[in-house]
Amino acid sequence: MMRIAIAIVIAGLFGFGWYNWPASPRPWTDADKVVLQSLALASLPALPPDSGNAVADDPRAAALGHALFFDSRLSANGGISCSTCHQPQRHFTDGLPKGVALGTSKRNTPSIVGTAYSPWLYWDGRRDSQWAQALSPLEDANEHGSNRRQILQVIVEDPDYANRYEQLFGELPDLQQQAEVDEAFANVGKVFAAYERLLLPGRAPFDDYVDAVIAGNAERQAELFSDDEVVGLQLFIGKAECTQCHNGPLLTNNEFHNTGVIAAPGELPDKGRVVGAREVAADPFNCRGAFGARSRDACAELEFMRTGPELIGAFRTPSLRNIADTAPYMHKGQLPTLHATLEHYNEAPLAMIGHNEAKPLKLRRGELRQLEAFLLTLSAPPDVEEKWLRAPVRD
Amino acid sequence: MKLSFSGIFLMLVFTVTLADEPSSKDESWTSKRGLFVVSYESELEPLQINQLHSWVLHLENSQGVPITGAKIEVDGGMPKHDHGLATSPRVTAAPGQGDYRLDGLRFHMHGDWELLLTIVADGKTDSVVVTVTL
Repeated sequence: MMRIAIAIVIAGLFGFGWYNWPASPRPWTDADKVVLQSLALASLPALPPDSGNAVADDPRAAALGHALFFDSRLSANGGISCSTCHQPQRHFTDGLPKGVALGTSKRNTPSIVGTAYSPWLYWDGRRDSQWAQALSPLEDANEHGSNRRQILQVIVEDPDYANRYEQLFGELPDLQQQAEVDEAFANVGKVFAAYERLLLPGRAPFDDYVDAVIAGNAERQAELFSDDEVVGLQLFIGKAECTQCHNGPLLTNNEFHNTGVIAAPGELPDKGRVVGAREVAADPFNCRGAFGARSRDACAELEFMRTGPELIGAFRTPSLRNIADTAPYMHKGQLPTLHATLEHYNEAPLAMIGHNEAKPLKLRRGELRQLEAFLLTLSAPPDVEEKWLRAPVRD
Repeated sequence: MKLSFSGIFLMLVFTVTLADEPSSKDESWTSKRGLFVVSYESELEPLQINQLHSWVLHLENSQGVPITGAKIEVDGGMPKHDHGLATSPRVTAAPGQGDYRLDGLRFHMHGDWELLLTIVADGKTDSVVVTVTL
């Protein structure tokens, strides 16, 4: 009897040890190297054009957008700017489950960095350009709580802003004319976009490591990555199936997936993309709208947009660049840590609405820790001059 | 300057080049009832993930005669992942000789994809599953 008990205890200890034991790295194969290069920042193509935004690459527009981004006069109480929630020091997020400005926002504040590459903005993709996105918070009662006339009033009455606006777009709008107000409001979005386009991800330790792997430089690889980080990366592109959605150099496919994240406490499940798709199609500031590119070719994303019940409870895949700096995670900030997020994917619970596309990963605890170690190698300051990361100094 | 469809979207999305992609040109798929034979040529060769692009579908009958005037509906997805396509591709033009331009395709994951084409031609309906591995 005693022997059996001892045997059970020993077996239990072995099992516990195995569950927690980290896996060992294996050599990189040629196929691995192709995948690694596809994820490295060096594979990031040139910035796509911001169709319909004639000032997208005008430095004067970027400078004005920069000033407006940090200007709290663009709000109902004079205390909220874009940077209230999109804080540069937090990779343009706010560290909260849901954004807090005048009220509490509907969802978690996503980063802005790299969004120039995304055909869809917001967790549910309810806007189709950076400039159209930038307009919504200004008129959202829980965010800036302002309206387009008040926003334009600030610009018209500030001689510096008014002058810069005129240089870019010509005459200032007559604020009594709705059509002029709408057009000028779209222009405000376009200068925000000119600034936000500059916010691109910086080269992270992961990117240096990929270079070292491709160069076959073992010494440099060992300097850059611990064994745990190497195994974490091998899990990331292998057994953990992360690259199904987190692919390409921004580590996102910018598409919409239901991954069975539970509703935020006290809330009904969020329908996500199925509603976002309807909203973007109806948005007067979308690509097909009066102020957009208005050509079928330039608006092909909208033209061939997927809709339907399959997108119930689906949300846009976020970039994993700087993921360590953007907790809490998911569309309502339901998961407080990377650890909790990895556990979620490991379990892949049934979705509350729609269906969870992910399947349980069955990774051991030691492997989850290694995966987390790898995710910490994806952080770097944005690849932009430091002056763009703080409020501009005004004359 | 008018930017072309592919010009804009080649730049719009991430480039993930894969080695050893199968070429689409030599393969064909026969519909379930054997009425039609479908092949395709992709504008994006080799196929890559996350890029909006177009195909030219080629449709013939079982004797190898090109079929014009067909209606082709497109659906599909990844059976393994239990999800559909990222976009709603559709045939936008039929230049003739059995060719049909299919616009708005984008594959957003590596793996096995299926495109389900429902074809109506000469009053007959049949469907075919075109398989694509990225």
